[in-house]
Amino acid sequence: MIERTPVLNIATHAILAAGLIALALPIYLVFVASTQTLAEVTAIPSRLLPSDQFFVNVKAAWITADFGTKFVNSMILAVGVVTGKVVLSAITAFGIVFFDHRMRMPVFWLVFITLMLPLEVRIVPTYAVAANALSPFQAMLDWSGLTWLIEKATSIRVSMEWNLLNSYTGLILPLVATATGTFLYRQFFLTVPDELVEAAKMDGAGPLRFLREVLIPLSVTNIAALATIMFVYSWNQYLWPLLITTDPNYGVVAVELGRLVPDSSSTGGGIPNWHIAMAGTLIVMVPPIIVVIFMQRWFVRGLISADK
Amino acid sequence: MSDITIRDVRKSYAGTEVVHGVNLDIRHGEFIVMLGPSGCGKSTLLRMIAGLEEITSGEVQIGDRVVNRLEPRERNCAMVFQNYALYPHMTVANNIGYALKVAGMKKAERLEKVAAVAQTVGLGEFLDRKPGQLSGGQRQRVAMARAIIREPGVFLFDEPLSNLDAKLRVQMRHEIRRIHNRIGATSVFVTHDQVEGMTLADRLVIMNRGTIEQVGTPQEVYDRPASTYVAGFIGSPAMNFLPATLAEGPVLWLATGERVDLRGVMEMPRGLAPRAMLQLGLRPERLRIGPVGSGAMDVRFEFAEELGSGRLYHLRHEDVPVTVVSETKQTLREGEPVGLTLLPGAVHLFYGETGRRIETTLRSSVNERVSA
Ligand SMILES: Nc1ncnc2c1ncn2[C@@H]1O[C@H](COP(=O)(O)OP(=O)(O)OP(=O)(O)O)[C@@H](O)[C@H]1O
Ligand SMILES: [Mg+2]
Repeated sequence: MIERTPVLNIATHAILAAGLIALALPIYLVFVASTQTLAEVTAIPSRLLPSDQFFVNVKAAWITADFGTKFVNSMILAVGVVTGKVVLSAITAFGIVFFDHRMRMPVFWLVFITLMLPLEVRIVPTYAVAANALSPFQAMLDWSGLTWLIEKATSIRVSMEWNLLNSYTGLILPLVATATGTFLYRQFFLTVPDELVEAAKMDGAGPLRFLREVLIPLSVTNIAALATIMFVYSWNQYLWPLLITTDPNYGVVAVELGRLVPDSSSTGGGIPNWHIAMAGTLIVMVPPIIVVIFMQRWFVRGLISADK
Repeated sequence: MSDITIRDVRKSYAGTEVVHGVNLDIRHGEFIVMLGPSGCGKSTLLRMIAGLEEITSGEVQIGDRVVNRLEPRERNCAMVFQNYALYPHMTVANNIGYALKVAGMKKAERLEKVAAVAQTVGLGEFLDRKPGQLSGGQRQRVAMARAIIREPGVFLFDEPLSNLDAKLRVQMRHEIRRIHNRIGATSVFVTHDQVEGMTLADRLVIMNRGTIEQVGTPQEVYDRPASTYVAGFIGSPAMNFLPATLAEGPVLWLATGERVDLRGVMEMPRGLAPRAMLQLGLRPERLRIGPVGSGAMDVRFEFAEELGSGRLYHLRHEDVPVTVVSETKQTLREGEPVGLTLLPGAVHLFYGETGRRIETTLRSSVNERVSA
């Protein structure tokens, strides 16, 4: 029911305006700070009007934080996570929804449980695995006595190691392994009518062909949504990269941005370079915004074309 | 072109059997209509032929191959679904040609074939549209074209017309029959609409609760329904049933105590126990209304429905409703008693307990042929 009365109109717009201000004000403050000099930014009371130091600050931030390298790293991380996620979740959901096999429910619940165990919760064991990705297999070998057997037989001690610290693989893989994407696809796949699946069967399309030529094209909107969410999610990753990368060559933007923000440990009571930190913030915000704006056109197109 | 043999086919879902041992031979080029109410297992049987449903036990043979273990695509069947099941993201042309694409046909050749088939179902100008931009009837045509283009040995239809409006349904019905005649593939058509069944079928398969009640040409099924179930299902309006007991010869006692004398109409088979419980079935279109006492029994008039070409009279024999369709238009008062005259072919007798038909010999066979 949509009511149109002047009072209600004004009220709704007032609420909208309040929301907009609440959202925009912090960003505005970031922008203002990024245009000021050190003196201006630390002045009390603070100035609420932009100054003229924007490009100077941006340049300083870019150089200080070595954003050239970090942007590339973050891009690799984000694109890697997005790709892995889009592909892996599609295949998992496909397996769960369209195949009637005994492992269907177990797999479903296994995936479901990962929802309750986000990376932050299982970060220590995940780190341990990343330090040696083969350690679970090593443990299995040790435990089953195979290591001992092989050592006795060949006098070679089996010791497998695959270190993922300070590598893109190590950065990306644990972030790919979450359930959200699988659920998104699953919900969509469940709405695909059985008759469509059967029509494809009658037309002779095998499962993979059906996935590629029917399901995926039908899911573009979902893929666009998932890709956007995952891009922003992985672009903003802080804790995991902080933990797993010590080599600055593998650093990502969020971690580096953290280092720009003045606190007692980084400045040691020195100069609080808020203007530089804020300029850095603006730089880091650009790629997710571009992705959102670009992908938005896809959502909208997917929604309008009434394909379903 | 293939013939289909179904041997003692059963289907269970989680231990509950829904198709109980069906046997059926379908000759090649034949148009078979499976008719039955909702939930009787028609779709399940059709889908077992198509390979979309596993066969719990029994055997389905298409041509000279047992197909139980074959994938749908290996069975040389095409299917038209109730909700069309078109690929929403593909153009009409791609929808129609998808099977050929999967089969690996070259694009140029494929497009040529698509255009030709689209022409025959009147879709020539819609090839570049998406299914979402088509009307229900046009979508139905796309679904048909998609089946035709594969030149299958067997066409399977699962209530393909039930989503169309009445007029379009008739039109598509004719078109389906025309296509069948032209292509000559074996067709199996599932519906719960008896008019569709009667008009389309070479032979009707009447199903009831997972078993076949009767197989026969529409005429056979109408003239000699094998059970009260079939008799009530085929024919419109439905056959009237009056419970009765056998006196002697073709003389019955109705449950109301009235005597109905069928001498002159039919001869009863021997061996019927006296006092056997029967169902007296009367075809509404083979009954006529006359003055009281003039016919086989007396009934009371309730009301009439105008059909244009005739009238549908609602009568009542005690508390059993009786309908009569007649071209003669009579004006009657509510509650007025009238006599019911039986024309040849009006009377069908069934065992009261089993509902199976009692084969009777019609007296005036000449009359019967004239009126049929
Ligand atoms: N997947 C299933 N699991 C369990 N029972 C099923 C399943 N599919 C069908 N049934 C049952 O099998 C019986 C026959 O179903 P079927 O779909 O063949 O009926 P139908 O004759 O086609 O009916 P309708 O005219 O409504 O389409 C029904 O009682 C139905 O409940
Ligand atoms: Mg059905």
